[in-house]
Formats: sequence, structure tokens, C-alpha cells
Amino acid sequence: MDKSLRERIVTRLVKASGYSAILFVALIFYFLLRSGLPAVFEVPPETILSTRWYPIEDYFGIVPLIGGSLVVTAGASLVAFPLGLGSAVYIAEIAPGWVREVLKPLVELLAGLPSVMLGFLGIIVLSPWLRTALDIPTGLSALTASLLLGFIALPTIVSVAEDALDAVPKSYRDAALAMGATEWQTIWRVTVPAARSGIFTAVMLGIGRAIGETMTVMMVAGNAPVVPRGLSVFLSPVRTMTATIAAEMGEVANGSTHYHVLFLIGIALFLISLVVNVAASAVIFRQVRRQERILS
Amino acid sequence: MRKILLLLAVLTFAAAGCRAEPAGETTAGDGDAAYIENKGSDTIVNLALAWAEAYREVRPEVRISVTGGGSGTGIAALVNGTVDLANASREIKPEEIAAVEANGSTPVEFVIARDAIAVIVHPDNPVNELTLQQISEIYSGAFTNWSQVGGEDRPIVRLSRETNSGTHVYFLEEVLRLGVESDLLFSRDTLLLPSSEVISAEVRHNPNAIGYDGLGYVTEDLKVIAVAEGPDSPFVLPSAETVNSGAYPIARDLYMYTAGEPVAAVREYLEWILSPAAQAIVAELGFVPIGP
Repeated sequence: MDKSLRERIVTRLVKASGYSAILFVALIFYFLLRSGLPAVFEVPPETILSTRWYPIEDYFGIVPLIGGSLVVTAGASLVAFPLGLGSAVYIAEIAPGWVREVLKPLVELLAGLPSVMLGFLGIIVLSPWLRTALDIPTGLSALTASLLLGFIALPTIVSVAEDALDAVPKSYRDAALAMGATEWQTIWRVTVPAARSGIFTAVMLGIGRAIGETMTVMMVAGNAPVVPRGLSVFLSPVRTMTATIAAEMGEVANGSTHYHVLFLIGIALFLISLVVNVAASAVIFRQVRRQERILS
Repeated sequence: MRKILLLLAVLTFAAAGCRAEPAGETTAGDGDAAYIENKGSDTIVNLALAWAEAYREVRPEVRISVTGGGSGTGIAALVNGTVDLANASREIKPEEIAAVEANGSTPVEFVIARDAIAVIVHPDNPVNELTLQQISEIYSGAFTNWSQVGGEDRPIVRLSRETNSGTHVYFLEEVLRLGVESDLLFSRDTLLLPSSEVISAEVRHNPNAIGYDGLGYVTEDLKVIAVAEGPDSPFVLPSAETVNSGAYPIARDLYMYTAGEPVAAVREYLEWILSPAAQAIVAELGFVPIGP
């Protein structure tokens, strides 16, 4: 076949692959809507927005579940962001060459750890230690889950942030040093702000990873559907949306109210992830536009 | 060259697909090869697995697949028609019976063993005995400190199985609600843990914790509480004798359900389960064999 025909076929195939990604997401959303929207009609809004989740007696309040997911994600971000940014800065800017060669693959290795294994470590090691160290009633709490989730989100943040820092042109650093800045001032005042949008993407990806994590939270967060109130919530057990879906989806009869409510929770989870990603894209888009205006 | 390699690969795969006839199927056996799908209660799953393995000696041509997931899962599968035998550590509910009947058959119940629910605490916990009323008040949140039931000044951490567990439902109805219809629920901060293993792990090292689980899952390093049915009843520890005599108040029957009367391989399997050979396995695993 002649070259132009091959070109056209390949172009079409690549285009189709690109659009198929959008198609799959749209289909998933449609499936979620079809299975979850009946819950809106079957369960009165006061019940859905109530604070008691006990599905076998028709208490379908999803507020504690959303609260639980948000608490654990917030905690994971607080853990992962400083550690992640610090590691990325160290690997990209400060570490000597041979250290960087060793550390980068090790961080990737951390990403490969199965989350159920981390959950197991949490139950056997971390939670008893936290209970005695902080003198709390039980180690199966939001804090344990946040710490473990922070570690799960960490490799994502480190990889993407490190790539962003690497992408900052050498001329920025040279210019700063030429103007008399110390190495730390260069990193903190020039390089990191220049890589701002990449670091922001890294954090958003890390948050997306944390909010969708199921196995670890199911094993260590305690799964008690309590509505989070105040900072002390970290020391008490919480129940996340993901753990609820994982624990209860097996028992539901197809088409029952409980089934529809679980899918409604899935819709909520999907929308939260969507909002996080769209916010991240919007920020980056505005950055890019501003940079184009400055440079032109 | 490439064609030769391709041919070699195809021949290798074809050769791998051939295997000798298994001996059991060539002899003139009296049963046909069958496949039984067995699903449901996590309390029963170890027992069901032991039975399935032992049954291979009796009838090697019958293959049994055992999965857990909770009593609710097993009965849901029975409703959906994807399972031959549903294991349940609780009775089938009226709405579940209606669902099975809506699909054209009536569920048939078999009692295959008995189980005691043991209430477990940390070995260092000074509390040895509790009445049903006290356990109910602990789990509903009325009591929040061990000193209120004669222990040390420690907060009570309540551990429970997930809502899809038959053990959980049984505990809710018979212990929390003391066998009467009521609206009483577990306290909101009761930890709903995904498996018996997690409950044991937490009780083992947390002196604040109280949990419950089937007797078969209690290990030596956990302390079992002696339970009294009422304020004037004796405190009884769970065991095969106290369950069969009715002295231990938190005991229940374990069930297997089929959709409609069981036939052929499933019927033979159920008959074998109710025989002394299979009931001996029940005792080995820490459950209570049904009396003669």
C-alpha cells in the first residue's frame, strides 16, 4: 500500500485511541449514573444526607462516609506533600549523581508495594505502636490510615515533582547564582516557584491516588461511620467511601436500594476525583497562558 | 526461519494442551463428574473447605468450589441463581425467601453444625464475666469505660464484624437487642472490621478492646468472657458441651441453603455432611457437631 494511505490509516487509529479514552470514561460515568440515580428516587434526601450509615436497617446517611474520605485524604496530603516535595528537591537539586541514580529507582520501588501489604503492616506494626505512643484508645484510626496513604501517594508526588524540577531550564539557576544567590536561595526562591505547575500536578495526582485507595483504609482506618468533628477526628476511627463500597458490594442483591446507594457513593467518588483533576488542569492552563503572555 | 519458529511455537502449545485422562473418570464410577458451587458465610468457610477436601476422598469425581464473602453474599448468590449451596451463619430473611421464590424455587434449609459466639478481650483485662445485658450496653454505647463493668479505668473499644456478616446480624438480634424487636443499634464508633483475623489481631494487643467472633476463630492467646443469660444465671464459658446443652446463651445453628430440594450430587454431599464422618471434622475445627 502506498505511503499516504498508510499515513491516513495510522492517523485514524491514533485518533481513535485518543478518543477512546474519553469514550471509556464517559461509559463508566453513564454506567454509574444508571445504577446510582435510582437511589435518588428510592431514598428521601433527608436519609441520604443524615449522619447514620447502617445499610441493613435502611439507614443510608452518606455524610460520615464522605467526611471519612476527606479526612483521610487531607491527612495523607499533609504527610505526603512536605515529604514528597523535600525528596523531589533533594533528588533533583542537591543529591550527588550516584545518590540520585540509587534513590530514583528506590522511590519507584516504593510505588510498587501492594497496598494490602501496607495495610497488613499497619495492623501488625504501626497501629499498636501509635496506640501506645499517643495513648489513644485504638491504633485503628484516621491517623494510621493517613500515614500509610501518605506513603502510598509519596512515589507519585516525588516522580512527577522531580521531573518538573528537572524541566526548569539551567539558565534560571545560572542567572540566580550569577546574581549572588546562595544555592538554597536559588532552589527555594527560583527553581521551585518555576516548577510550580508541575509540583501542583504532582500533588493533585497524589491526592487522586489517596482518595481512591481502598484496601489499606479498609484494614487500618477502623471503618466506624463517625461524622468527623474537629481535629481530634484523626485519633478516632473513620469509614471511607471506598472501603464501604468494597466491603458491602459483595452482599447486595442486584437492583436493591442498598445496591443503588452504593453506586451513588461511587458517583460521589467519581465527581470528587473529577473536580480535583479539573481544578489541577485549570490551574496549569492558566499558568501556561500567563507564561505565553509574558514570553510573547 | 521465522515460519519455522512460528510452527514450533504452535506445536508446543498444542502439545501442552494434551494430558492423560484422569484415572477417576475412566473407571466405571457410580457417580457422574459434577461441579458444586458453594458460597457464603465466612464463619463456615473453613469448615466448608475442610469438608470439600475430605469429600474428594469419598467422591473424587465431584468438584466443589468454596468461597466466602459473608452470609449475605451467599444468599444473594442463591437469589441470583449462581450458586448450588449457600452457607449462612444466620437464618434466611423473609425478604430473601421471597426473592428466591420470585425466581421460581423455594429455599430449603439444612442445619449442618452449631456455633458459639465467643466474646473476647485482651488477656490482661481483669474482667472475666459479663451478663448479656452488660454486653448489650457495652456495644450500644451506654457503657464507655471498662470501670463501669468492673474493669480498669480504660475506654472501651468495640470491635465488630462488617454488616454483611451473618455473625454481625446474629449478634445484633440476639445480644444487642436481647432477642426482642427493637431499634437499638451498635454505637456509631464501633469498629467494623473486615475479617476475624483483624479482630483477633486488635484484641491480642489492645487492652481496651472487646470483640466477638465464632468459637472456631478464637485462639489460645485471647481471653474468652464467661456469659450469663440473666442477672441470676450462672456465668458459662462457651464449649461444645455448653452449646449442645443450651447452657451457653450465645449459640446458633449454622445453615446451608439450596434453591428447591437438592438433587443428585448436591443431595449426596448434604447427606454426607450430616453423617458422623463429616461431623467429626466439625469438632476438629472448633465448632459444635449436631447431636445424634
